[in-house]
Amino acid sequence: MFTRSVLLMLIAGPALAAGPNLGTPVTHGDLAAWDIHILPDGTGLPKGGGTSAQGAAIYAQKCMHCHGEGAKGGTNAALVGAPPIKSIDATKTIANFWPYSTTIFDFIRRSMPWQQPRSLTDDEVYALTAYILAQNKLIGEKDVMNAQTLPKVRMPNRDGFIPRFPEQTPGVRDL
Amino acid sequence: MEKFIPVAGNGLLDRRAFLRGGAALAAAMTGYSAKAETLVEQPWGKEPGSLVPPYGGPSAYEKAVVRTLSNPKGEPRTQHARTPHHLLRGTATPNGLHFTISHGGNAEIDPAQHRLAIHGLVKRPLVFTADALARYPMVSRFTFVECGGNSAPMFSPEPIQANVQALHGLASCAEWTGVPLSTLLEESGVDPKAKWVIAEGADSPHLSRSVPLTKILDDAMVALYQNGERVMPGQGYPMRLLLPGWEGNMNVKWLRRLQLTESPAMTYYEARTYAPILPSGKAYRFYFIQEVKSFITRPSVGMEMKGPGFYEISGIAYSGNGRIANVMVSADGGQTWAQAALQEPVMSKSFTRFRIPWQWNGGPAVLQSRARDDQGNVQPTRAEIIAVRGQASRVPPVTVFPSQHYNGITSWSVDATGGVRHVYA
Repeated sequence: MFTRSVLLMLIAGPALAAGPNLGTPVTHGDLAAWDIHILPDGTGLPKGGGTSAQGAAIYAQKCMHCHGEGAKGGTNAALVGAPPIKSIDATKTIANFWPYSTTIFDFIRRSMPWQQPRSLTDDEVYALTAYILAQNKLIGEKDVMNAQTLPKVRMPNRDGFIPRFPEQTPGVRDL
Repeated sequence: MEKFIPVAGNGLLDRRAFLRGGAALAAAMTGYSAKAETLVEQPWGKEPGSLVPPYGGPSAYEKAVVRTLSNPKGEPRTQHARTPHHLLRGTATPNGLHFTISHGGNAEIDPAQHRLAIHGLVKRPLVFTADALARYPMVSRFTFVECGGNSAPMFSPEPIQANVQALHGLASCAEWTGVPLSTLLEESGVDPKAKWVIAEGADSPHLSRSVPLTKILDDAMVALYQNGERVMPGQGYPMRLLLPGWEGNMNVKWLRRLQLTESPAMTYYEARTYAPILPSGKAYRFYFIQEVKSFITRPSVGMEMKGPGFYEISGIAYSGNGRIANVMVSADGGQTWAQAALQEPVMSKSFTRFRIPWQWNGGPAVLQSRARDDQGNVQPTRAEIIAVRGQASRVPPVTVFPSQHYNGITSWSVDATGGVRHVYA
């Protein structure tokens, strides 16, 4: 006679779930080209690095067309400047709003340049991140941005947020 | 002939008036004022019609029933296409009219080359093809998808004279069919440390959003079908993440990757875009839920009332927290309210059509609807929302988003000429 626990064991099975199991197991190496999420603590940041001076040259070639000279804005958003937030419809900028420096790296690497995303090397993304941070005077002109230094850049508005549904956002207060 | 006693101010009739009064009621209310005409045989009755096409479309007379485009030339920025609610009368949005927001155009994906990866804090990282997913046990559910920025013009300090499509067109509803994510995560196994799932698209922005694992295991699915046919390109063909009742942007289209993590990624769209600023200068983050809301679609801005008499007031209600419990309608700017009829079936996190008969006396009226869901949430008035969330510093263009997550009341004013205007009341 089956006991309840024996039944449960049979249902759960020793290794695989009772579903169709039509996925293909993959290794981390197989996923490397897609594995581009960067977390605020720096998890996921790749090797390499770059400086603002290197970033300025790349910026002029690949970004200025939309974001304007000195990253002050063109047909698309300004990347430099921190106008005070005085109303609910204030312009959100990297320096007045973005809470984490890692988001800059993550977003450039996944989405930019708009016409040619995923075309930049990791060094180029680091350099552009350094350029934007330096133009905003959030790091020094000579600072190197890499996997160790970037997560340590504290953004001015880091504590400017309130979780709307705190019970649904595990761990967010601890970030 | 039965006499019709209004149940609330300015001529709102009992929602069951038609059921009780039947044809006599309709006759009494219309009054048959139009002159009789002599009926003739029309050309389409005198010769065979056109060829039946392999994929049907609407009548040539319905060319005006289209989405409005915010970026028709495809300039390098986001494109929005808004649903024409004022021209639709049901709850299922036709696939070609479902609202679309694409931040880098619509990806044109070869389904044979598409892959969905599940990795991170799992026991077995897995990759699925679209064909493999199509062999899984599926579920279907009606659910709305609404952009977090839908109804943003309501934050304007002055009412913007725009129609319901421009104000509320970034919400639509469909029957979605796909594979529950709980099934796929059962196969991958979940590390007990995992609390979040970061979802990513295969489109050019590789849009990514962090979703609590609890939501993923509750009712999330990888949707492959929309109203019975494959998901439209603008909805993420060949597959999208579907998070019933949650902010549209999180329902990642062209879904290619789910990474389980301990904490959120703080991506561009969650750290910056969908973080509405509050009057204090702080901002809300992770405003996941599309809260209880309703708006009247008929009559609404752009329609001309053709003289006093009978009209049906009709609109849409929905809640990201559950089922619509009731919708109250006012014709006198919120002084008195009458309960609208809800079209069955009333489904959780889905559009619900409400209707109420109205005998317009030809005088000024202000029409409002107010929904309540089965979790006890009541749609706020605009004043109640603005008191907490503030309003824009100036009147914005109607396509600009001064804030997000407006679920307050919308008011339409009817004047003596039958014109309908957007007002704050």
